[in-house]
Amino acid sequence: MELLDNLALGFSTALLVQNVLYCFVGVLLGTAVGVLPGIGPTATVAMLLPITFSFEPVTALIMLAGIYYGAQYGGSTTAILINLPGESSAAVTALDGHEMARQGRAGAALAAAAVGSFIAGTIATVALAVAAPPLARVALQFGPAEYFALVLLGLIVSIALARGTALKALAMIALGVLLGTVGQDIYTGTPRFVFDQRELYGGIDFVSVAVGMFGLAEILRNLENEQTRTAVIGRVKNLWPTREDRRRIVGPILRGTGLGAALGVLPGGGHVLASFTSYAVEKRISKRREEFGSGAIEGVAGPESANNAAAQTSFIPLLTLGLPAHPVMALMVGAFIVHGITPGPNVITDEPALFWGLIASMWIGNVLLVLLNLPLIGIWVRMLHIPYQVLFPMIILFASIGTYSLGFNAYDVYAIVFFGLLGYVLIKCGCEPAPLLLGFVLGPLLEENLRRALIISRGDASVFLTRPISAVLLALTVAALVVAVLPAIRRRREVVFTEEE
Amino acid sequence: MKTFRTYRTATRMITAIGVVTLVAACSGNGGTGGGTTAAAGAGYPEQNITIVVPFSAGGPTDTVTRLIATPMAAKLGGKIVVQNVEGAGGTVGAGEVSRAEADGYTVLMHHIGMSTAPALYQNLGYQPVESFETIGLVTEVPMTIVARKDFEPKTLQELVTYVKANSGKVTLANAGIGAASHLCGLLFQSATGVKLQEVPYEGTGPALTDLVGGQVDFMCDQTTNTSGQITAGEVKAYAVTTPERVKSLPDLPTTTEGGLPDLKVSVWHGLYAPKGTPKEVVQKLSEALQAALVDQKVIDQMAKLGTAPVPAADATPQAHLTKLQEQLGTWAKVIADAGVKAS
Repeated sequence: MELLDNLALGFSTALLVQNVLYCFVGVLLGTAVGVLPGIGPTATVAMLLPITFSFEPVTALIMLAGIYYGAQYGGSTTAILINLPGESSAAVTALDGHEMARQGRAGAALAAAAVGSFIAGTIATVALAVAAPPLARVALQFGPAEYFALVLLGLIVSIALARGTALKALAMIALGVLLGTVGQDIYTGTPRFVFDQRELYGGIDFVSVAVGMFGLAEILRNLENEQTRTAVIGRVKNLWPTREDRRRIVGPILRGTGLGAALGVLPGGGHVLASFTSYAVEKRISKRREEFGSGAIEGVAGPESANNAAAQTSFIPLLTLGLPAHPVMALMVGAFIVHGITPGPNVITDEPALFWGLIASMWIGNVLLVLLNLPLIGIWVRMLHIPYQVLFPMIILFASIGTYSLGFNAYDVYAIVFFGLLGYVLIKCGCEPAPLLLGFVLGPLLEENLRRALIISRGDASVFLTRPISAVLLALTVAALVVAVLPAIRRRREVVFTEEE
Repeated sequence: MKTFRTYRTATRMITAIGVVTLVAACSGNGGTGGGTTAAAGAGYPEQNITIVVPFSAGGPTDTVTRLIATPMAAKLGGKIVVQNVEGAGGTVGAGEVSRAEADGYTVLMHHIGMSTAPALYQNLGYQPVESFETIGLVTEVPMTIVARKDFEPKTLQELVTYVKANSGKVTLANAGIGAASHLCGLLFQSATGVKLQEVPYEGTGPALTDLVGGQVDFMCDQTTNTSGQITAGEVKAYAVTTPERVKSLPDLPTTTEGGLPDLKVSVWHGLYAPKGTPKEVVQKLSEALQAALVDQKVIDQMAKLGTAPVPAADATPQAHLTKLQEQLGTWAKVIADAGVKAS
């Protein structure tokens, strides 16, 4: 009953006119920055933070939170339509989403993403309300050793992202991991691969890599052959998912939600794994494995749900413990502080209206998002009708502005050009960008946690086996490897890694 | 006909996207050094003033800057834009301002890192004293020594005894090389004469997460980050590193009370202009800073952050320069003794 009282308090706060209004402003802005290539939620929240100084604390946080999960919604749009992911999660969506768009099924892909996100958001919000504090306690059991094991498992499982040969996929992952090492080593301060350029000390920005490898490389590929682009136009088939589509996305949505909600709680980077893992799981259990990579709707619905669920549950460590899980959450900590609320475990008891109001607003925000997004699908799909010679300079322009706005670092823009050319060369060689991106995102996490675990244990590698959670995760990793390598299953693997279709 | 309509929709859409992007991009862009030369300060300010924060938005330094920006702008009768230029422990942003036009339209907010960078980084590209005009000190944020809640020692004295006896076992977390928590940890080790195993993290958030989760033993960090966890009992607090106790944590003894008087450190913040900025302009900025620091709203908000504005006498170019030079000497020695290098 206490839960009902709390939820009643939450909704009475969240349904105040100004709170609904700013929730709407937040998700609208979030959708906009999610759709725009380059500009991410971190930059937007950072820029809007000062504007919220004059708001009530709860109103400010509702709006900032709305920007964050709204951007997760919107991020899939450009990934699907023009193969331009702004975040690591959207890179997964682009794999099958953009293929669907090329086949004239952009509407179905967008709808699957929106509906999946809504269901995931709703379930995750309930999880937040019911079990936030105990979940946060469980998450704290994850130390460096556990994160290392988790990321390793994610990396092994996600090799399924590749369509081509396993060798090329591994090479791409390795290249991604190497690119991820650029910058100052956090343990020794040693600059790695920076070539005396101070601007590279902070490492290469993910957005530059994603925009270059996916977006720019795609543009170059389209430009070399005018037919590829015009072929898409005029073939836009049914705007909405067919009955068959609807049947096919139920399972992926629910599995993705579960996976995402669980991973999102982990403050040390679980949310990064959500969409990758969901994609890998769907591909592995699907009866239509061969469709993955060439427009399987499951490959859109699952990862999108996982991503949105993780976006919601990643608020758990912040709200219950005051511990930020990623840069946007760190900005939210700043917002708490500016509004005179000390982030920490006391927020639930000291500021119940704020805590429950924010949770209730997330559900309201999800409703607003689905209302906002479904009608927009028709308009987005029309974007594919824009003559390509008008569209592609726009894409490059906005991507460059957006990327520059991240840190006012011109190197991030140069990096787009570099990775665009690299991506084009790799496509020509039959190598895919997704595994590279995966390595780029997970490699640093893997290294950081491996070294940290060993520093804490004074170089004793047995910690990975003596800590129960880490041991279980490593056992799963070995199992995943065995499954992949066992000769008996080799024949089925041929399908997973179908040679160039 | 149909093509025409779609084309128009497309154009409208592109315009809409463009407007949003430009607004987003421009709101952070006041034009670093983008000013034409202004006559030596007479009409200053004639255009927007950009304060560069060399750290991420939402962090403690950014928060402090944004707090004082509004009252400073009011006093100057102009507009102030805060721009975050992150990277390499604040040296990217500082370098950018050092190369900006010395007209007073690009200034820098930096913290203690200004005095540690020369010892930590080679080829810095600028020098704290030679490349900048000091405008004034802003605030000194106290630091706290905190441990996982089931860590054995109960007081600072017990902690010192414990780390001396178990120096091979104890882990000391920090938020990365050159971070305030790293510097405070170095001071702790030099004050106690014990070499500990340091565990660097990327930022305070993850470090504090692992401390609350009991993965590491203890760390030293700003009150801004730790006071919520301290009052909730999620971490054990030993001492605050300022000469006097802080208002928001009245029960917490100082390091001097706890028997470690050599461990005194605070994250001091100061405003800088590029070398050669006209004296009149620096003077105007300094006066505006002093006005901002007596603003009641600034005082209240800073109190919530566990800190306070410096006295008016310290918000002057001379007091700031003295502090900077004294700190440069202190940290050069501590960092050289510890043998730390960031590049």
